[in-house]
Amino acid sequence: MTITSEGQETSTAESAEPALSVRNLWKIFGPRADKVIGTPDAELSRADLKTKTGNVVGVKDVSFDVAPGEVFVVMGLSGSGKSTLVRLLTRLIEPTAGTICLNGMDVTSASEKQLRDVRRKQVSMVFQHFGLLPHRQVIDNVAYGLEVRGVPKKERREKAAEIVDLVGLTGYEKSYPDQLSGGMQQRVGLARALAGDPEMLLFDEPFSALDPLIRRDMQNEVIRLHSELGKTMVFITHDLSEALKLGDRIMILRDGAIVQIGTPDEVVARPADDYVKDFVSEVPKSHVLTLKWVMRDPRPGESLEGPALPVTTIVRQAARAAIASDHPIRVMDGDKLLGVVDEDDIMRVVVAEVES
Amino acid sequence: MTEGVAGPGLRARGFVESQKLANPDSPRPVEPGAAPPPPERKTLSRWIPALGVIVAWVVVWYLTDGKDTLSLPGVARTALHDDLTEINNDLLAGRDTNPVMLFTGALADALRSLVEMMQGIFSKPNLPRPVPEIGWLGVTACSTYVALVVANWRIALLVLASFLSFGVLGFWEQSLDLLIITGISVVIAVVVGMPLAVLVGTSARANRAITVVLDVMQTMPTFVYLLPVVLFFGIGIPSAVVATLIYALPPIVRIAGFGIREVPTTTIEATDSAGQTYWQRLLKVQIPMARKTIIVGLNQTILAALSMATLASFVDGPGLGKPVLAGLRINDVGTAFVPGALIVVMAVMLDRTTTAASERAEKVARGGGGDPRTRRILLIGGAVVTIVAVYVSRTYVDLARFPENTLGSRIADVVNDVMDWITGTFSGATGAFKDAITNGLLNPMESVLAESPWYVSGLGIAALALVFGGLRAMITTIICLAGIWYFDLWHDAMITLNMALVGTVLVMILALVFGVWMARDRRVDLGIRPLLDAGQTIPPFVYLIPVLALFGPSRFTAIVAGIVYAAPAAIKLVADGVKAVSPTTIEAGRSTGQTTWQEITKVQLPMAKGSLVLATNQGLLYVLAMVVIGGLVGAGALGYDVVYGFSRSEAWGKGLAAGITIVLLGVMLDRITRAAADKRRDDPGPRRAFFVRLPIGPPK
Ligand SMILES: Nc1ncnc2c1ncn2[C@@H]1O[C@H](COP(=O)(O)OP(=O)(O)O)[C@@H](O)[C@H]1O
Ligand SMILES: [Mg+2]
Repeated sequence: MTITSEGQETSTAESAEPALSVRNLWKIFGPRADKVIGTPDAELSRADLKTKTGNVVGVKDVSFDVAPGEVFVVMGLSGSGKSTLVRLLTRLIEPTAGTICLNGMDVTSASEKQLRDVRRKQVSMVFQHFGLLPHRQVIDNVAYGLEVRGVPKKERREKAAEIVDLVGLTGYEKSYPDQLSGGMQQRVGLARALAGDPEMLLFDEPFSALDPLIRRDMQNEVIRLHSELGKTMVFITHDLSEALKLGDRIMILRDGAIVQIGTPDEVVARPADDYVKDFVSEVPKSHVLTLKWVMRDPRPGESLEGPALPVTTIVRQAARAAIASDHPIRVMDGDKLLGVVDEDDIMRVVVAEVES
Repeated sequence: MTEGVAGPGLRARGFVESQKLANPDSPRPVEPGAAPPPPERKTLSRWIPALGVIVAWVVVWYLTDGKDTLSLPGVARTALHDDLTEINNDLLAGRDTNPVMLFTGALADALRSLVEMMQGIFSKPNLPRPVPEIGWLGVTACSTYVALVVANWRIALLVLASFLSFGVLGFWEQSLDLLIITGISVVIAVVVGMPLAVLVGTSARANRAITVVLDVMQTMPTFVYLLPVVLFFGIGIPSAVVATLIYALPPIVRIAGFGIREVPTTTIEATDSAGQTYWQRLLKVQIPMARKTIIVGLNQTILAALSMATLASFVDGPGLGKPVLAGLRINDVGTAFVPGALIVVMAVMLDRTTTAASERAEKVARGGGGDPRTRRILLIGGAVVTIVAVYVSRTYVDLARFPENTLGSRIADVVNDVMDWITGTFSGATGAFKDAITNGLLNPMESVLAESPWYVSGLGIAALALVFGGLRAMITTIICLAGIWYFDLWHDAMITLNMALVGTVLVMILALVFGVWMARDRRVDLGIRPLLDAGQTIPPFVYLIPVLALFGPSRFTAIVAGIVYAAPAAIKLVADGVKAVSPTTIEAGRSTGQTTWQEITKVQLPMAKGSLVLATNQGLLYVLAMVVIGGLVGAGALGYDVVYGFSRSEAWGKGLAAGITIVLLGVMLDRITRAAADKRRDDPGPRRAFFVRLPIGPPK
């Protein structure tokens, strides 16, 4: 997960059928929501539309694909429509327009029964405020998804116990949610989502309510679970460092509309507009950018004796090699030489960061 | 009588609204880029125009005293009243042909046979048996055993003692009859009420519609529907059950509905996202999470049923209310005292048992509940004892019919002596108090309200409604006043309104003093709160007994009973409101070096304004309800008109007109005070839960 290579990324996205495919998705809250789309009103800014018609745009004409096994992060300030978007995916909120396909199945036109099946077997969700059932023990909270499917008690408890172990809550099966700390409660939330063995997990700012240290633990937990279980994930956050840490790709929303979709290094290196630039200005670039963004063509006569590093190497990791070597580093994609990077190029990134 | 115990029903609304006040929805943050919010109207200055209106009114009254007051002598009727009586007579004449009357008649027969069957089992000779199927020993044993099963041994002892006291004091049959009426009404109320509560809790539209109906039901003093209930169901058992049912329904619908609605959206979403069905959501998430609140609602419904079943003696319903009513009618405190005390015993017993049962259920659900083996032995042993008791109570007459004794009548005599002594000794003090309030507050205000020309009073009230409640409250007020005028009882209405206002002023003084004191001192709170809780548990009918003994039959007695009845709720609301002021705010204030007095008047009371207004609202409706019962003990005005309408068939129409007038007064006072509550805090605001349309609806 962390930073996947660009090449690998595009290849999966192109070859396999996407796990999730969203096209022209709209959600407008308000009295005559469906009358807005397709009219000139739809082009108005959110504030203007609100004053003019009383409708609030939650999600505005959003399209994207998520590849199987990918971690897709949706980011934006509070109120930018992230929660609305993630709820639209399983129709916890009804879309106003657009289509959503899960593994080729059209969710938007699914019957209630099909929709329940999707929620039971294919997609699970983890929520910011946990949403646990206070009157049930941890084990029964975790088993809830199995229970609503009609799995017999003994079987679902066995399965739940396994998952409780997996998320590191062994020994707390019989506790009640209010006896656990916030971080542990969210582990229960995670376990509940995993218990049904879904193909896809949706996270709505799952760690925003937690202390920074606990948050870091939980992020690592997600990384671990992703590498062990390989599930597709859609992860909502308003925290850029979390997005950069977890995301294979990041989608940035503003007022319900997409501003940019790209890999973490793309977003940092080439922000689509000032809004995104503002977001990423505080990011230590050397920790995110890969050599792809700093390399250049070799100057005539420049030495090509230096060490070879793959193009996906992060700048910070290349720094030591660049300083140790007298020759510029060769940036390679497999056997192909893409360009070179010398000490100065790297210093420019690091210094720019210190100055900003 | 009549009366309106607006009691536990209203209390249900108080509960719901004070919970809302405790967590007001934070105002939505302003959208980025939107205009700044308009500056809010300042509200404190309302008192200045209000004072202006009152001064002008007093001046006009002084010039016009006694003109156009529309006063109608106590036994006089108008053509409108006779027309209403005519409607009643026509309906009664069509009893055997009118389909509605036939239907209610059949329902009445069914209810009557159900109650009579239960009476045959528990309380009355089940002919040809000379005694009930189960004698007193068996009934007592069964009840104690049930208490042991659902609660604990302490509650079982309480139940045992209560049942024994019913018998020892000589009111076994009436006590059991009261329990039967209460029990049947509660069961029907739950069966009808829970589905309604689910609707209230899950659909914004149903919530709005049902709340409007409940609001009207709860501002309506009971006898207003007692008249039509008697018309459709006939005097006696069926009317008692139906009236009790109507009265007991709102608390469970309101409070349980509130509990279901307050289940956090996150939890609903989280469990919906697991793919649950409508029924799974309801039964596994919403109802379990709302369980505590639902039980509060059930408890309130039981107490409401008990208090209404007591009052139903007015329409000849069986039970302990009958001897109380008989005592009140002849102003014999001793006779009313013992059955009144037993009503209190029953109320405490039912209240404690439901509370303890819910606590136990909570504990068991969380894996507590004591050693299961000891408990099993206890339960089996208890069951054996109970079965033996039931068996022997069917066999031996002495164990079936409670042995007669004279303890009850001896207590009545002692009470009469004590009362004579008290009234003899303190009549100076109580008389002085009564005169002070009567001459200092009651009479002057009554002169202005009732002795001004009707159009002046109407204008004055409408102007005050505008000042305190705004335009919409004024429009409602004008409609209500027009209705009052139409029903030809303007003068009586003003007198009753005055009693309610005076009572409420006194209630609010008590509420402010004790509420602030309780909020600022935990020990005071711990000491007083149980008394207030007990006061709220007792059926209001019972209050009349001691107050009547102290002050004799008069307007003042009704007002004092109203104060006693309303004060606990108002004090609690103020105390909780002041307590809810955030400690940070108080600390911040203290850090500026304010005095205690400044802290109370500048921080705590203004911030608790929502609770103060709610307390006023509840106070007004409670006092109004009680001063209307006062018609039974010489308070006159509308209450008397209703009582008179009940006792004379030719005055039925006047009674009905008085009942409707009382409702209009109640609605008017309710609307004004609610509108006066700070809009921003009172308005529940858009609740996100209701705008998210959950895609899985009820089964089609
Ligand atoms: N049920 C609703 N009714 C009306 N407006 C809503 C509703 N839910 C969300 N919104 C509005 O939609 C916008 C996006 O909200 P949300 O998706 O919760 O944002 P985020 O999760 O990014 O903070 C906000 O402006 C919010 O006010
Ligand atoms: Mg959100």
